[in-house]
Amino acid sequence: MSILVNKNTRVVVQGITGKEGSFHATQCKAYGTKMVAGVTPGKAGQEVEGIPVFNTVADAVKKTDCDTSLIFVPPPFCADAILEAADAGVKLIICITEGIPVNDMVKVKRALHGRDVRLIGPNCPGVITVDEAKIGIMPGFIHKRGVVGVVSRSGTLTYEAVHQLSTLGLGETTCVGIGGDPVNGTGFVDVLPLFEKDSETQAVVMIGEIGGDAEEKAAEYIKKYVKKPVISFIAGITAPPGRRMGHAGAIISGGKGTATEKMKALEVAGVRVVKNPAEIGHAVKAALGR
Amino acid sequence: MNVHEFQAKQLFAQFGVPVPRGKEITSPEAATAWASELNTPVFVVKAQIHAGGRGKAGGVKITKDKAAVAGLAKELIGKTLITHQTGPKGRKVHRLLLEEGANIAKELYLSILVDRDTGWPTFIASTEGGMEIEEVAEKTPEKIIKEAIDPAVGFQGHNGRNVAFALGLQRMEPAVINPFVQMLGNLYRLFMEKHAALVEINPLIITKEKTLVALDGKVSFDDNGVFKHDDVQKMRDLNEEDPLEIEATANNLNYVKLDGNIGCMVNGAGLAMATMDVIKLAGSEPANFLDVGGGATKDTVAAGFRILLKDPNVKGIFINIFGGIVRCERIAHGVIEAAKEVKITVPLVVRLQGTNADEGRKLLAESGLKLEVANDLWEAAQKIVRLTGKAA
Repeated sequence: MSILVNKNTRVVVQGITGKEGSFHATQCKAYGTKMVAGVTPGKAGQEVEGIPVFNTVADAVKKTDCDTSLIFVPPPFCADAILEAADAGVKLIICITEGIPVNDMVKVKRALHGRDVRLIGPNCPGVITVDEAKIGIMPGFIHKRGVVGVVSRSGTLTYEAVHQLSTLGLGETTCVGIGGDPVNGTGFVDVLPLFEKDSETQAVVMIGEIGGDAEEKAAEYIKKYVKKPVISFIAGITAPPGRRMGHAGAIISGGKGTATEKMKALEVAGVRVVKNPAEIGHAVKAALGR
Repeated sequence: MNVHEFQAKQLFAQFGVPVPRGKEITSPEAATAWASELNTPVFVVKAQIHAGGRGKAGGVKITKDKAAVAGLAKELIGKTLITHQTGPKGRKVHRLLLEEGANIAKELYLSILVDRDTGWPTFIASTEGGMEIEEVAEKTPEKIIKEAIDPAVGFQGHNGRNVAFALGLQRMEPAVINPFVQMLGNLYRLFMEKHAALVEINPLIITKEKTLVALDGKVSFDDNGVFKHDDVQKMRDLNEEDPLEIEATANNLNYVKLDGNIGCMVNGAGLAMATMDVIKLAGSEPANFLDVGGGATKDTVAAGFRILLKDPNVKGIFINIFGGIVRCERIAHGVIEAAKEVKITVPLVVRLQGTNADEGRKLLAESGLKLEVANDLWEAAQKIVRLTGKAA
């Protein structure tokens, strides 16, 4: 088992003829993901690495039965691209693009509310179910099929954690990057229940960072509903207030959103909080009694 | 991106939000000229820096004497203001706002931002105008009024009325209820159209003449939305930014200067923060946050080195790269090439992991450069802290 994506997932890449889009579509295909379609308006009939290109997502859905979209469209046009995918009936939208204006995301989130569609990201590395489907920009080879679910607001820090889990022989089920933007499609509280239900996942690594209160909300949820061990690292204990640390959402504002507050909330909820990011793997191992 | 109060008020005026008559001033002569034109019983001279707490720090002067305005301007221009938001070094004043005074009957607080929890733009209001809203929220949370605006339909009159009556405007001054509702609609338009991250009026006053005036104003913009607005881009004041941060932005690097002495260069924002944290755990303090991004090349690494080495506090450099799409041997080449161009005068620890890490480490080891190579994050952090000596 796994969550969100698997070997049957059929992917359309929006922005497939761009530099990023074509490179990563190729990489995902090489990993074994079913990359069935690409979309770039005006470029129907072309192919990228054997993947047929369509003018619209609606065309791609009609011709290829794709159910998941991977988006590399540049920020000014990205809100439109997400809504196009939703309107075409795609059920899972994974948006890699960084730099979408917050107000665009406000409108997108509102438009998707209540509809049968899930948006992951934006500004995220994507989703991978190990050995089944890589739908994103993460390096596939660091992953090893195993028992740990990973959910994270960060990209390379997730790779760091995954590397530790793989090296220690624990391995991962599915890794979900929810992204570093202040307004995103899917939060920790949306992913945690999926891992809790997944029979193969035995423990969850949750990587948070300063800004907002997604970790505090996750702590409340975990306390009530999650029985599996959760191990967490929160980045930014040394970050100064009022400064944006790379990610648009990583900012302590009005004294709220500090790493210390988040760690405290998680600890109270019974989460094993790791202070040293180099210790994530070992902490999972200990939690699983291995 | 932040802008000055006078710029915020220009935007307010543009969107129909009432502000005092005022103008940006950069010399005592200009102050005298504008004071004559302004011709008001009370003159207010306000230092323009991107930090709050100006009043307490002596950055706001009030006088009834038109002839005294030039003197006050002279006193403030060039002065360094130290407020609770500037840090101990303070901020030098380059420009002033000279405006008319107002007859304050009542001070309120009003702002709008996106509530990250709901993803909806949300007004925050309070009867405790002039106080810091964080303090009000902490001590008297019942005095915070929130009104979320449905982005699908935008601001509606009832949104404004909800706030007006919750504030008790019907008891304070019923004549301002309609203008207040209209003002909220205008602020919502400003917020959405200009891609603001925060619009704050503190205080918003009810005058003795029964009008509303934005006596102070703060607007900050979503960095991701600024590209859509030439007028907003022109409001950027480089005097208010750290020179190293300006250089970093010009090189497409994400850099934030801190006070410690270990410079770090990392790919990815989360890992960059984690690297800062691990330096602290190892017993020292990070000198900066620096994310060289997913596409780090020789040029970005060289630019990173130059910026780190310009910071006199930097006593050692820690490069932490987790190769994903970026291949480690490329980063190693980048470090070697950059080290030829930029003379590296402090200890350097390079930790490479991920794609082609072995190859990268080998290249570095054989390069003849004076540096230490590491595999593991914790080992690398301890190494750089040891090489630089523990922070005091």
